[in-house]
Amino acid sequence: MKTDIILAGVGGQGILTIAATLGAAALNENYFLKQAETHGMSQRGGEVVSHLRISDKPVFSDLIPLGTADLILSVEPLESLRYLSYLKKDGCLVTNITEFRNIPNYPELKKMFSEIERKVKTVQIDADEIARKCGNPKASNMVMLGAASPFISIPENVIVEAIATVFQAKGQKVVELNQQAFREGRHFALAE
Amino acid sequence: MQRKLLLGVEAIGQAAIDAGISGVYAYPGTPSTEITEYIQENGTAKERNIHRLWSANEKTAMESALGMSYAGKRSLTCMKHVGLNVAADVYMNAAITGINGGMVIVVADDPSQHSSQNEQDSRFYGKFALLPVFEPSNQQEAYNMTFEAFDFSEKTGLPVMVRITTRLAHSRSGVVQKELLPENVLKLPENPLQFMLLPAYSRKYYQQLLDKQPLLQKYSNESEYNTFIHGTDKGLGIICCGITYNYLLENYPDGNCPYPVVKIAQYPVPEIWLRKLEKECDELLVLEEGYPLVEELLTDFFERGKKVHGRLNGALPRRGELNPDHVAKALGHEKAESAELPLNLVNRPPSLCAGCGHQDTYIALNEVIAEYGSGRVFSDIGCYTLGALPPYSTINTCVDMGASITMAKGAADAGLEPVFAVIGDSTFTHSGMTGLLDCVYEKTNVNIIIVDNETVAMTGGQDSQAKGRIEKICAGIGVEPEHIRVFVPLKKNHAEIVAIMKEEVAYKGVSVLIGRRECIQRISRVKKMNREENV
Ligand SMILES: Cc1ncc(C[n+]2csc(CCOP(=O)(O)OP(=O)(O)O)c2C)c(N)n1
Repeated sequence: MKTDIILAGVGGQGILTIAATLGAAALNENYFLKQAETHGMSQRGGEVVSHLRISDKPVFSDLIPLGTADLILSVEPLESLRYLSYLKKDGCLVTNITEFRNIPNYPELKKMFSEIERKVKTVQIDADEIARKCGNPKASNMVMLGAASPFISIPENVIVEAIATVFQAKGQKVVELNQQAFREGRHFALAE
Repeated sequence: MQRKLLLGVEAIGQAAIDAGISGVYAYPGTPSTEITEYIQENGTAKERNIHRLWSANEKTAMESALGMSYAGKRSLTCMKHVGLNVAADVYMNAAITGINGGMVIVVADDPSQHSSQNEQDSRFYGKFALLPVFEPSNQQEAYNMTFEAFDFSEKTGLPVMVRITTRLAHSRSGVVQKELLPENVLKLPENPLQFMLLPAYSRKYYQQLLDKQPLLQKYSNESEYNTFIHGTDKGLGIICCGITYNYLLENYPDGNCPYPVVKIAQYPVPEIWLRKLEKECDELLVLEEGYPLVEELLTDFFERGKKVHGRLNGALPRRGELNPDHVAKALGHEKAESAELPLNLVNRPPSLCAGCGHQDTYIALNEVIAEYGSGRVFSDIGCYTLGALPPYSTINTCVDMGASITMAKGAADAGLEPVFAVIGDSTFTHSGMTGLLDCVYEKTNVNIIIVDNETVAMTGGQDSQAKGRIEKICAGIGVEPEHIRVFVPLKKNHAEIVAIMKEEVAYKGVSVLIGRRECIQRISRVKKMNREENV
């Protein structure tokens, strides 16, 4: 078992919570794990990326080699395209479609996505909207994790438990909301 | 065997606590900041009341750590690579005094300059000071080696440097902890003159440091972290320093690297293993993060020795951090076929947050300098450095902490008029105050704008020692009270801010303008923390 994931987003969007949840799940399953993240300067609204590697054998490099990632999981559509060179040939791209426009020359993405869809398996999801329906737009992270979960070799219930571990300090209501968001995202991806 | 998921920096913090430190002394700086933050939050550290507040700068931090060592206790000091430049004076001399309680200096280098002005390699400082350097290759080694570094420090009587780079600092993995050690007891140095570097004494101490070098070499040869791994293909011998070992293994996931390998995690370099490798192999390849330190050591200037490949001969990039793909290329491996699509994406550079007060200061300053032309705003390091980018493009320099005031002074001395310095509150107390004294001493015509967001924002919102003290500091240094001006950087105050700036430009002496409004990130973080404490 091995899943190499590129997690992408913009500084402040909270991709680290997704990483923390998968980390907790992997540890519970006794898997090996390495997760490299971006701190510092780029967190001020810049591009941030995390390399997350889960395996049943020891993981060596903190960074994923080019062309070998199983999955790109992005909470922002432009950022989902930045790391395509890491994706393996039959890899999969799961992205939120809500754009984060903090640059003047934000490109038109529609055409790019239609080209990409022809070449790689792509799941595009309005995670912000689904999270809002669940009760809190902040849970869009967990919607994204849910949408990506069918492509990660960790059982669903283990991730659901890990969500409880990560959010438990914030109370049962927050845990349930995030678990619900996760399920909605997963449901969406499976129905695609 | 309980594994805990820790960042490299957290593993170091935990190891230092477990090794029984009585204090950590540090100034924030990416990628070293979270070592101290981890200790600040840690239960044992709180229980033991380990010293863990921030210092004014890296020099004061390291000196305090040395003082704690003088008193017999174990101390840790942490900084980013350029911080060691600030602390270099005490650092070089602490190598001569040696230590009493174990002292570990963690320096986090930033190859590829993710958040730094340069990518200097601290291992050269290790060599320079003739001190041992540990360079762990993964999170578990970061824990183990930091833990053991305190013993090593006491055993050799020397401070030990632990050198990491951004990648290990900010990557998480499962780490197994050791048992908590007790703190050292208070104990003065046996030789009361150990820390007295009068030439008559320090010549002797320097000789002692030189005499210790063979011992350090012996320890390096015997270190369990420096190993020789046999290989059947003697066409190439590979030397891996620190985390580059992982990039090599990544290219041989089944552990079938055919070449002999020397893995280095402790310096001085283990001579026996390097000599053995050189003897066995036709050519050598050096993998190291940062500058080509080992490669230079092994490359024969007259090209009579064996061929050495690495950053110097183009087998690897000369600049920037390495990754498994660079190593694959150096080994002549095929690249995996990727789903790459030809996309030319715009970058998303970091930017000032919406609502940040620095913006209002820059908008006003732009209006004031329009009259004189640009090229006269000397600045410094912090969030406000983003004012170099559009839409502001206000500031012209960012060199090293504190240089805004002193460079403005030099330019004023040269005849540039008017000149401005823009400096953050924390940068001001880090290294700006002495430069201000220079200006006051000579009554230099400078306009110093202290952009005071009441926190160390760029590195994550740590407490700023400057908070609530800036006016008093400036007055104490001798700035005339009527030229210490305070404004609130808000859009609605624009006209007032511009007026204040113009008045101070008209004054031909030292003016300090303090733009004070709390960092908006800090406000929301503190709110959130209070909310969480209430539930
Ligand atoms: C010698 C040195 N130490 C530490 C750093 C890291 N560093 C860069 S900016 C900064 C904080 C500056 O804080 P402040 O001056 O208050 O500005 P703000 O970010 O709050 O606007 C720090 C600690 C550095 N670049 N150089």
